[in-house]
Amino acid sequence: MTFSPALEERFAKLLTSYPAGRTRSAVVPMLLYAQDELGWVSRELIEEVARRTGVTAVQVDEVIGYYSMLRRHPIGKHLVQVCTNICCMVVGGQDLFEHASKTLGVGHKGTTTDGLFTLEEVECMGACSWAPAIQVGYDFHHQVTPERFDRLIEGLRNAEAETRKV
Amino acid sequence: MADLVTFTIDGRQVQAAPRTLLITAAKQAGIEIPAFCYYDGFSLQAACRMCLVEIEKTPKLQVACTTPVTEGMVVRTDSPQVAAARKGMLELLLTNHPLDCPVCDKGGECELQDMVFRYGAGESRFVETKQHVDERQWSPVVFYDKPRCILCYRCVRVCDEGLGVGALGVGDRGSASEIIPNRGDHLECDECGACIDICPVGALTSGTYRYQTRPWEMDHVGTICTFCSNGCKTTLGVRNGEITRANNRDKSGVNGEFLCVKGRYGFDFNHHPERLTAPLVRVNGKLAPASWAQALATVGKKFAEVKQRGGKFGVIGSNHTTNEENYYLQNFARQALGTSNIDHRRTGDVATLIDALHGHAGALATTADLYTTPAALIIGSDLSQQHPFLAWQLRANFRHHQAKVFAITSGPIREDRYAAKTMRAAEGEELTAVESFREHLAQQKSLVILFGDSIKGDAVRKLVAFGDSLGIPVSYVPLVDYSNSRGASDMGVLPDLLPGYHGVREAGLEPGLAYDAILSATDLDALYVVQENPFAKTPLASTGAFVVVQDLFLTETAERADVVLPAASAYEKAGTVTNVCGEVQKLKAGAKTMGAKTDLEIMGLISKEMGVSIGIWKHDTVFAEVRKSVPGYNVALPVVETGGAAPTFPVNGRVPLEDRPDLISSDRNTLFLSGTLGRYSKMLTSVLEYPGKLYGQPVETELEMKEAQNT
Ligand code: SF4
Ligand code: SF4
Ligand code: SF4
Ligand code: FES
Ligand code: FES
Repeated sequence: MTFSPALEERFAKLLTSYPAGRTRSAVVPMLLYAQDELGWVSRELIEEVARRTGVTAVQVDEVIGYYSMLRRHPIGKHLVQVCTNICCMVVGGQDLFEHASKTLGVGHKGTTTDGLFTLEEVECMGACSWAPAIQVGYDFHHQVTPERFDRLIEGLRNAEAETRKV
Repeated sequence: MADLVTFTIDGRQVQAAPRTLLITAAKQAGIEIPAFCYYDGFSLQAACRMCLVEIEKTPKLQVACTTPVTEGMVVRTDSPQVAAARKGMLELLLTNHPLDCPVCDKGGECELQDMVFRYGAGESRFVETKQHVDERQWSPVVFYDKPRCILCYRCVRVCDEGLGVGALGVGDRGSASEIIPNRGDHLECDECGACIDICPVGALTSGTYRYQTRPWEMDHVGTICTFCSNGCKTTLGVRNGEITRANNRDKSGVNGEFLCVKGRYGFDFNHHPERLTAPLVRVNGKLAPASWAQALATVGKKFAEVKQRGGKFGVIGSNHTTNEENYYLQNFARQALGTSNIDHRRTGDVATLIDALHGHAGALATTADLYTTPAALIIGSDLSQQHPFLAWQLRANFRHHQAKVFAITSGPIREDRYAAKTMRAAEGEELTAVESFREHLAQQKSLVILFGDSIKGDAVRKLVAFGDSLGIPVSYVPLVDYSNSRGASDMGVLPDLLPGYHGVREAGLEPGLAYDAILSATDLDALYVVQENPFAKTPLASTGAFVVVQDLFLTETAERADVVLPAASAYEKAGTVTNVCGEVQKLKAGAKTMGAKTDLEIMGLISKEMGVSIGIWKHDTVFAEVRKSVPGYNVALPVVETGGAAPTFPVNGRVPLEDRPDLISSDRNTLFLSGTLGRYSKMLTSVLEYPGKLYGQPVETELEMKEAQNT
């Protein structure tokens, strides 16, 4: 499997970042970085990471099963995660999730038909002080109201339309 | 030995060695602590919590499977609290368990059934709908039924630690946890079925046995695997004369519970549709079915006639038939046919080793030695492929006793992963390479050397000289291919040697033609082949020769025969075989094939037709003669009769052999191949990994071997 030169460079650095004989420590970061580039963890990627870190494929598989942030299926371009855990819930997190579901037209773990968004209901993201919180990709959005949510989605859709034009 | 620790269990004061695990110490005291995940010989898991016990001065119940006994410890396994804990654990294990015992393969011999029966509650407090996941097939051999799985991880550990394959893992978390195969949705592995047999419940089932029968409907016949030379005990489950499964759950035999794919699933050759069930006689150029009486008369008449006119015979014996049959065969050749032209396919140089070891006592290692030896050296063999049980022994030795394993092979092998030192050397160059190990080897307390077919003739003598020069006790295993390759050699199915490695000249005979010369002689008048398939590789030069073949199938050799006699398989007869380490074990007849006769009986009947008597053709009678007359085979009868392995002690003197290294070559079978016989096992030929590859260890399995803490 080949990756972008930037990712290859990252991998090379990772493999030297741990004590000798401990390349298995690179399994999780490698999977995460590769997932960022590919969008998901494919079977091919599992075998590749196993090969590069000197563990068996089934051991990599075990890790993926354990960490919910590693995905076995492709998702939309933007992963929209809405927290409905206690702090967010008391200030409207649950309603926000339902609103998001209506706006995007998909439920939990659903992907919009244009392949742009995947919605997910998540547990606490550590942003309780600014509840209700959502995360889009790696970006946090605080004290989100249904209106702000719609504007955010609208913005992302427009940006996408722009890039398609060029 | 260190001082014993004294502790109290259920009000009794008992003693145990320090660091003994509570579960083991209790067992020694005759007290059972139920366990699922604890398994003798593998790393500790503490996953099932079935073994909870009360320990005084400890606030909560403790797991007996990881707690070592200490001086003055007071333990209770019979308190109401412990009983409640066991009940509770079982109730939890049954949360999503389907309780489909009536159709489950394991029903009747399931550890979960037994535990619930003994320690469980009759009722569950759970009213929720059980989570269901459909059963999955991971290979022709392995099926996984998740809802039945109790996540004890035995399968994961036996595959990783025992086999060194590591094909199984645990996927997901919490109540969704399940066992996963190494290729996402299927397995790529040894297909040995160890995971299936070790599973305490019916979560892993085999393609061979699933939904075929119930355990109590079978007879359980302990016999010896008929494939490779390692001599594993395999217990055949036989129903209505047909073998439905093979396993070794009672851990009897040299191999304990080990079996490879051939021993566990290769038995299906026995009821292959192409099994010969009637003799065939060539009439007008075509083989046609005939009665036994006709066929035997044809053979008897022809053999007598060739003998009378002083014609030339050739006899080729088998690597699979019993010692008794081999002994009888060489008698038949030398006495009934009056020929010394007898040989078998030699797959390793046993005779030269025995000669080279003259004057050495105790220099032949047993299978048990491989588990205890402080060091071993493998030369020229992909051990895990060619000698799966010997490889298992060495791996266990490493896990439990940190044995130092050295290897010199032409390509990567599984043993590389835990070996103290390995080296690549081309075949035939190994003895030069071994010098660089000298220093390390000489430091060991003792050493077992296992060598493949590249060490033959003079090289064997050089190897023994090298062993002698190390200045430590060295013993040897000459690696041979098949279930009784060793026996064929020991019983004198050789042109120059009689049973027990006596030279034929001692008996006033001249050495006869060897294997290659028999096949290439243009003036051969008659050829007698017993369960061997020489024509698969070399055609018979003598086109006019009368050929008689005894076999299970119409092999390339049988197709050329004038008379084909249907032979019984090793699973259909009694008698003894000698494994690669020279240990004699007894076969027990399990199955039956209508129309087939044992090779012993066939030989007896042919000699009767010829009007010569070479003794009664009964296994027990012939074995008595072998014990009496073959040096080294005066083995303890009770050991053999009760299913044990009796080591043989061949001659300890010079063997007057003709060096013929050119005749020695292994068939290089992989895990999934076994000469001609293996071709007739549907299970072996249907797995994804078939036909396998020697020295083809994939890079990805470079996982480190773990040394288990519990010994
Ligand atoms: S069949 Fe053998 S090699 Fe394959 S997964 Fe089971 S234990 Fe491992
Ligand atoms: S499949 Fe069997 S051996 Fe493996 S974890 Fe489940 S119950 Fe245990
Ligand atoms: S290791 Fe050899 S003797 Fe043992 S089960 Fe496998 S083929 Fe049979
Ligand atoms: S509860 Fe929503 S971020 Fe903590
Ligand atoms: S046997 Fe002790 S936890 Fe399983």
